[in-house]
Amino acid sequence: DGSDDNEEGSAVENEETVKGTERKRATPRTRRGHARGRDRHGDEEDEDDEDGTRRTGHRRHRNRRRGRAAGNEASDSDMEPAKARKNEANQKSKEDDEEEEDEKGGKSGKGKNEKKGDKKADKKGKKEKANKKKKDKKKSGSGSDSESEEEPITEEELAKLKEEVEEKKKLIATLRNKPWKMKKKLSVLKEAQLFVEKFEGALGKGKGKKFYAYKVMMTKKWMKFQRDFENFKTACIPWEMKIKEIESHFGSSVASYFIFLRWMYGINMILFGLTFGLVMVPEALMGKPYGSLPRKTVPRAEEATAMNFATLWDFSGLAQYSVLFYGYYNNQRTIGWLKFRMPLSYFLVGVGSIGYSFMIVTRTMAKNANDDGGGDDTSFNFSWKMFTSWDYLIGNPETADNKFASITTSFKEAIVEEQESRKEENIHLTRFLRVLANFLALCTLAGSGYLIFFVVRRSQQFALEGLENYGWWERNEVNTVMSLLGMFCPTLFDVISSLENYHPRIALRWQLGRIFALFLGNLYTFIIALMDEINLKARYLLPFTLEEEKIVKYNMTIWEASLYNGTIPENSTAPPIQVDPADVPRGPCWETMVGQEFVRLTVSDMMTTYITILIGDFLRAVFVRFFNYCWCWDLEYGFPSYSEFDISGNVLGLIFNQGMIWMGSFYAPCLPAINVFRLHTSMYLQCWAVMCCNVPQERVFKASRSNNFYMAMLLFILFLSTLPAVYTIVSIPPSFDCGPFSGKTRMYEVISETLEHDFPSWFGKVFGYASNPGLILPFILLMVLSLYYLNATSKSYKEANLELKKKLQ
Amino acid sequence: MGNKQTIFTQEQLDAYQDCTFFTRKEILRLFYRYRDLAPQLVPLDYTNKPAVTLPYELIGSMPELKDNPFRQRIAEVFSEHGDGNMTLDDFLDMFSVLSEMAPRDLKAYYAFKIYDFNNDDYICKSDLEKTVNKLTRNELTPEEVSLVCEKVIYEADVDNDGKLSLEDFQHMIVRAPDFLSTFHIRI
Repeated sequence: DGSDDNEEGSAVENEETVKGTERKRATPRTRRGHARGRDRHGDEEDEDDEDGTRRTGHRRHRNRRRGRAAGNEASDSDMEPAKARKNEANQKSKEDDEEEEDEKGGKSGKGKNEKKGDKKADKKGKKEKANKKKKDKKKSGSGSDSESEEEPITEEELAKLKEEVEEKKKLIATLRNKPWKMKKKLSVLKEAQLFVEKFEGALGKGKGKKFYAYKVMMTKKWMKFQRDFENFKTACIPWEMKIKEIESHFGSSVASYFIFLRWMYGINMILFGLTFGLVMVPEALMGKPYGSLPRKTVPRAEEATAMNFATLWDFSGLAQYSVLFYGYYNNQRTIGWLKFRMPLSYFLVGVGSIGYSFMIVTRTMAKNANDDGGGDDTSFNFSWKMFTSWDYLIGNPETADNKFASITTSFKEAIVEEQESRKEENIHLTRFLRVLANFLALCTLAGSGYLIFFVVRRSQQFALEGLENYGWWERNEVNTVMSLLGMFCPTLFDVISSLENYHPRIALRWQLGRIFALFLGNLYTFIIALMDEINLKARYLLPFTLEEEKIVKYNMTIWEASLYNGTIPENSTAPPIQVDPADVPRGPCWETMVGQEFVRLTVSDMMTTYITILIGDFLRAVFVRFFNYCWCWDLEYGFPSYSEFDISGNVLGLIFNQGMIWMGSFYAPCLPAINVFRLHTSMYLQCWAVMCCNVPQERVFKASRSNNFYMAMLLFILFLSTLPAVYTIVSIPPSFDCGPFSGKTRMYEVISETLEHDFPSWFGKVFGYASNPGLILPFILLMVLSLYYLNATSKSYKEANLELKKKLQ
Repeated sequence: MGNKQTIFTQEQLDAYQDCTFFTRKEILRLFYRYRDLAPQLVPLDYTNKPAVTLPYELIGSMPELKDNPFRQRIAEVFSEHGDGNMTLDDFLDMFSVLSEMAPRDLKAYYAFKIYDFNNDDYICKSDLEKTVNKLTRNELTPEEVSLVCEKVIYEADVDNDGKLSLEDFQHMIVRAPDFLSTFHIRI
């Protein structure tokens, strides 16, 4: 009963506080019904207030409202006395309960208007400064109770009321999270607020609100900052929008090629930075200028054509005798006032580029493997595509177009995956066909290998007999055959792969693998040819080279002496006559030659690619588009139709091109620069060509999450490319007349020289001990063991991961 | 605080702040956006809560909504009578739910309503078909559309009644990594 009274009391209080504002709209009765439907007590409350106005004796009871008097006074002035009294009464303590009860007895038929007036003023006051204490509430509650309440409110009732107030407060705080219409939210809010105001200190509530608003503002500011930062980071990534556009129209597999291209561009920029900053610029700024040394000057014989465009395009003439190639660099140990160690820098940059490339490729592979293993949650693939793919932030028609295309492509990819997984296979037939296809592919590879071998042998024969006797075909036989093989074999592989009936992604991998093997064969023969030439020089000319060195040097001294009109003094101390370096006879410089070959190859490769795109894609598209009107059959659907983007060809082209760069950059520091330029223009040209001339494949398929397949091939090529450079560094003596290592027996001697001169002696000793095979072999053994151990632990982690995933399911 | 605006009473602004995820400034800014759609219809004084409704065509032409294939459904879900015509309250409600501060559950509830084209409290196959066609602008063949819808029901239907209830939908959408970032309009 006691708790009932309390509730009634609170209801009454509610009514009291609500009445003020809603007075205009609803009669007290209506509202009473709204609040708790306890008309009885509402009436009593009315009577109570009237008593307050009438009887000064009630002042004590109204004391509890004193706190609000100040605020109340601000409103209705004519109602003040009544209000003040009411307020005071409200603030009274529990002890006055009995007095109120006495007063209640006397209530009867009070004028409603007066009550209303009182209540309105009171409510307004309360609204402004609701500092009613709980005791007060209980007071009026117990006061409004008829005759039953004699004892003070118990602790449990207090606790229950507290709980309710907390609930209401929580409701107010989470109101915005409720899925109701605004009207409902507003009315619930009002009700809850009145309830809480009645029974809670306004001070605490007011503070809470301000703090909450502050917290919300800080959260919003933080979110905005995060968003801006993300936008900035994305804007910094070059070509992101282009690639996204291509992805929306052509699918993720085509886009993966461009992402790979962009990644390569990054690597080449770093390599360019290294070679440019640490090799080319110091030599250009601090080394001896052009024309001061024989190796730095165009020989007299070639001077006439040195500046011709044709010569420059061929990278001879002036281009050859510049910082672009190995031969220009002087073997002085330090140059300039900075005492920059040029040969050391050249050596370290060469080795460092290779080391950096290994590191970055391996790191990317590891990162991709992480992403892959991170969990491919495909349990709601289609559902998520349907309900979360549209970005509600899009406000631009072009972006919307791209998004529609992207969503369509994404659905198509997912449908292909689904269809593939549903395919029923006749195992035996499929296996047989696949074996047959592989056999055919092997035959093709063997055939192409033999053809190249045959052609190279023939060309070596021609070379021995002198190339002037043969026409254009014989001279360029090797190149042409290799290019033709490169053009037709991939198409053949494509036809063969239709036998195999693989998932498109797997079919692409097989295609890539086969073309890789083909190109590798080509590259292998090319290297053989080059190595043959070098070896030729090394093997045959090494004894001759030493002889040749002596001969050339002797010739030089004779020639010098001939400038003096005298005999040949062995130990001449006469001042050397100034001879123009252009006239000095030169020794052979195989490194520059090799560098030139690589540069020419890169440039011609670049030209071929661009012309293929322009003719193969662009002109074809123009032809199909405009001649379709006057042609017998439908050009767009039949032959030739628009071309599709050839992912495998382009990826392999990129990888092999990079292999060339890695091989050649030791001999021609300008190669990374040329490659950066090539990749930059390639990106723009190919992006344009794809969007303009190509059509998406019939069955767009999703690229695998990681690009690890491309990375694996790249790593393999990197390894192959470093072998020739390492071989030359270790086994072949550098030319005596050109380059930073001239005069040394082996290129790596520059390291020991540096250790001798630039480091304290104990360092050299330590290094000597460290490079002892007795120490190196156990170290290698240790590395192999740790590799094995790490592999074993990673396997066990993967298994544990899978187990956990299963448990989660 | 310099309380110079005369559009709302302080109470109204406070109430709006409690009922939406917006601050006072944002609510006023939203009011001006609402008014800009039809200045002659929307009075500058909301203290007496005028009953002003803007027709769907005006709402659907807002730059934030005009490219959205689901704009009609969004307006219908948030409007008072389900016809797409919105009062200021509905307008505030809509952008509050779609703001980035709104929690996942609230967004999931309204997303469910938006994708339920026939308002039967279930997302059935025809609703899914309509969604896919709106998303792809009818580029997929009917077989593909059918395949997609079947897959969605297969994936998300937990109680196996052939259609998605609110629970099924919520169960599926709360795990989606992109849901919060895509179901978001900034105004």
